Amino acid sequence: MRVSEQRLSAASFEDLALPLFDQLYNFAHWLTQDKSEAEDLVQETYAKALRGFSSFQAGTNFRAWMYRILRNSFLGSRTGLKTMVVLDEESGEGLPTENVTPEVLLLEQANREMVQQALEGLPVQFREILLLCEVEEMSYQEISEALAVPMGTVMSRLYRARQALRTALRARIGGRHGM
Amino acid sequence: MACEQWQGDLDRYLDGELATAEAAGLAAHLRTCAACAAEVLERVQLKRSIQIAGTRYMASAELRKKISRSVTAKSKSGITGQWRLVFVPALALVVAALVLTAYLGQQRTARQRIYGELVDLHVSTLASSTPVDVASSDRHTVKPWFQGRIPFTFNLPELAGSEFTLLGGRMAYLEQIPSAHLIYQIRKHYISVFILPDRAAEIKSLPSGTADRLSFRMESWTQNGLRYLVVGDTSEPDMRALAKLLRDAG
Repeated sequence: MRVSEQRLSAASFEDLALPLFDQLYNFAHWLTQDKSEAEDLVQETYAKALRGFSSFQAGTNFRAWMYRILRNSFLGSRTGLKTMVVLDEESGEGLPTENVTPEVLLLEQANREMVQQALEGLPVQFREILLLCEVEEMSYQEISEALAVPMGTVMSRLYRARQALRTALRARIGGRHGM
Repeated sequence: MACEQWQGDLDRYLDGELATAEAAGLAAHLRTCAACAAEVLERVQLKRSIQIAGTRYMASAELRKKISRSVTAKSKSGITGQWRLVFVPALALVVAALVLTAYLGQQRTARQRIYGELVDLHVSTLASSTPVDVASSDRHTVKPWFQGRIPFTFNLPELAGSEFTLLGGRMAYLEQIPSAHLIYQIRKHYISVFILPDRAAEIKSLPSGTADRLSFRMESWTQNGLRYLVVGDTSEPDMRALAKLLRDAG
């Protein structure tokens, strides 16, 4: 959602921000893992964004800007401070891929709950980047703006997040089938 | 190029982040390499699983109302008396336009209802944990699956050389008519194709061509007594390209 100068002056904050409500809430709930904290976080995000709207730069990505505000608010919250872990962005590349076979995943595809639990168990930085990429279908560029990290970090973190999720799923599938 | 050289590109390929030439090269490799194709399938499944699992939380109606009210109140507070002079007649015009639209709209209700039904079917199918009953990218597997399930037959296009992938098919009912529902993928977008006999009055009344509803696009045409309805959120050229492939095959 790149907003041109012209469009920005014509559109109100309301027109741009309200359509993002459902997805922002889903993201906030995933981050906080708590309904009332997610509600507070979304309210805080909208309040901050509304106040800061005059400083929003035309030509930049509005959706990424909103996610960035939400995330920064989360980072400043008690839960956020507790849950963010320090990631070593350099390591982990080039790990051998030990794959779950497609057949196994096909069998398990129906099991939404299992994937949700695996996502819940991931470090919050892995969880959020997977949600932005797969659920929000953001481009790497948008993710880079939302998370305020360089493109290279987006790619390596996404790679490691997927690996971590595969490992978590493999453990769960293994646990259930005694493999 | 050997597989190892492609391995690092698979995620970027599926995320739609490879340049066109690289993507074409990798696509060509995938057609000849079962190991990489299986790897891609596994990654697609993982992406799909995350997408399904990740869409999880719904905000309460109260929060929605609260946010909407706070945002609307603040954005509207800048309207002064001078602006009211402009806004009140404008509002009257809008109301008049709405009344007129509602009147004209009645004539289109049946059509809109079917479009709405198609979008609902498309969205609810994608949201399902088992979107297809026959999961295969092979048209020679998907088409025979419908034998004995629907009272007609149809042809599906060869997709090699195109960016489309067939994900599978399922049964659907439109206006109580058994229909074939196929799901295709292009990049990150899913497209539903419904095929059914062109016999119910409502179905017959649908105009051929393109329509938009809630940002979804639709293509529709009749061919050999069958009505084809294509629904998706991808770009118009993509929709047309898929429609053309289906037309040429049928």
